[in-house]
Amino acid sequence: MDIKTNYIDDIKIFEETSKLIWFLFFMVFLLFVPLFAGEYMVYMVSLTAIYVIVALGLNLLSGYAGQISLGHAAFMAIGAYSSSYLTVKLGLPFWFALPASGVITGIVGILLGIAALRLSGFYLAIATMAFAFIVDEVILNWVSVTNGANGIKLPGPSIGPLALKTDTQVYYLIIAITLIMIWAAKNITRSSLGRAFALIRDSETAAETMGVNLFKYKTIAFCISAFYAGIAGSLFAHFLKFISPSNFSLMDSIGFIIMILVGGIGTIPGSVFGAIFITFLPEGIRFLKDIFPFFVVETGLQGLVYGLILLVFIILEPTGLYGRWLIIKRYWENFPLK
Amino acid sequence: MFFQQLLSGMAVGSIYALIAIGFTIIYKATDVINFAQGELMVWGCFFSLTMITSLSMPLWIAFPLTLIFMAMFGIIIQFLAIRHLVGKHIFSIVMATIGLSFVLRHLAGIIWTYDTFPFPSIFPSRQFSLGLATISGIHLGIIAASFSLMALLYGFFKLTSLGLAMRATQQNQFGASVVGVSVKRVFSMTWALGAVLGAIAGMLIAPIQFLDVNLGYLGMKAFPAAVLGGFGSIPGAIVGGLIIGVSENLAGTYMATWVRDIAAYIILLVILMIRPQGIFGIQEKKRV
Repeated sequence: MDIKTNYIDDIKIFEETSKLIWFLFFMVFLLFVPLFAGEYMVYMVSLTAIYVIVALGLNLLSGYAGQISLGHAAFMAIGAYSSSYLTVKLGLPFWFALPASGVITGIVGILLGIAALRLSGFYLAIATMAFAFIVDEVILNWVSVTNGANGIKLPGPSIGPLALKTDTQVYYLIIAITLIMIWAAKNITRSSLGRAFALIRDSETAAETMGVNLFKYKTIAFCISAFYAGIAGSLFAHFLKFISPSNFSLMDSIGFIIMILVGGIGTIPGSVFGAIFITFLPEGIRFLKDIFPFFVVETGLQGLVYGLILLVFIILEPTGLYGRWLIIKRYWENFPLK
Repeated sequence: MFFQQLLSGMAVGSIYALIAIGFTIIYKATDVINFAQGELMVWGCFFSLTMITSLSMPLWIAFPLTLIFMAMFGIIIQFLAIRHLVGKHIFSIVMATIGLSFVLRHLAGIIWTYDTFPFPSIFPSRQFSLGLATISGIHLGIIAASFSLMALLYGFFKLTSLGLAMRATQQNQFGASVVGVSVKRVFSMTWALGAVLGAIAGMLIAPIQFLDVNLGYLGMKAFPAAVLGGFGSIPGAIVGGLIIGVSENLAGTYMATWVRDIAAYIILLVILMIRPQGIFGIQEKKRV
């Protein structure tokens, strides 16, 4: 099965050939999405890819380093508003604003990480939630930069002099950036940094004994995670061409956590699965409503389904969709043996 | 003006304290952090409102009936969801109760709509003069009711055998079961008590806040209160609740209005930076 017997096996990007095949299959599919799918589908897949970036960042922080964050929508908001300030107010180009907003958000992540350094578990959850509420209120009231509740209009993305006009072009840009971010995340988990994160998650005492500097690595975890959310926020802003505080609520922060819990906590493919599942969930609910017309509950149904999914996954399926996929795969690999 | 704000801050603060005590009791006995405490408030309020308006029951029948219903409701929730969470990772527990709060909030929305309703109070609404400030009977009633409830709870934990069993379970589940405490029963009773406390807090605050599904977000304000005092400490919950309530009101009066909404969170972050375990909390000793 997949017992690893040497170091080379452990740090392979694709542990098994089947994974590489699936990955290539998926890439080809993504490449051809704009050719056969309608405009709406391209929009949905782009949005999913942006959420994959946030989910990756959150998974590095929560799934690998074991630190809870109920404030990732706030990080995303900081990225989005930094990007809007840099492009709209300062007139800087998109290709500069994108990494710059990631860096700005990363710095805020370091500050929150330092503030929350001595907190753990539940105290950390509440502190990050408090941070998110404060950011939300600052955005609402710092009108000169954020335009308050009315929101801000932004230009679409451009690379150098080349403006990306059609949705399909923006789609390919977003997919490319998401792939880079997945690649980076995978490499972080393969490196000593990722192993230090996992050790902190499993036992802080053991980590300290092994010479892992908790202060340093927890702050790095917050920084990287915030950087991911900042990049996603900037992409999100230029993709929708309009942002307002309502795009980044506590509900969204919780949505990101649902993504990694449903997808599979502490796994890279889990972030992807979870983002796909949660982004397409409203479609599924709408579809259900069409089949069962007596199901007509206008508002609230989505929240109810979110809550039920959370409860069911945590109680019955704690390894998430990716974990279930692995279980099914192993079953068939060893069929008829158990 | 200052005393005026202090008093009305105390009224709101004692509600926060009641909700925070609800968190604390459940946390201490079952190690579960209940993000759905605010939703229990909403359910209690809507249930009693239904009995008052649709079944035209008088308040003195409807309120006790609500408490009985909420106790059973708490036990049912405990049985369906919470029992499966005991011993799980803190992250799973937090997210599961957030999931529970979504389910309860939107079920309430589907059953009772998302509209806003006025809620009757058992206290008179006329103004009382207290020398330096005047205070409405409702606010005064809230303060009096909350504090007598806290005293009752204190007596319950000190004097009754169930209270003793709960405290034993809080200290050591295994030890409690060895000496004959039924831990399962304590868990059920704890949730019943938590739900009843939530409902009382809701029925006290609903007359001055109006009742709708979003009343549950008040629970999010009570979190800073519980954490501030040190999670798991009942005196801490009371002190934390009063600090948050009063400072929120004072911030609203003397600073920009928007500061009011986040005053609680700013205080929380500052205190946690200085004392990560809260004011009255005890730093847990790590055992390797």
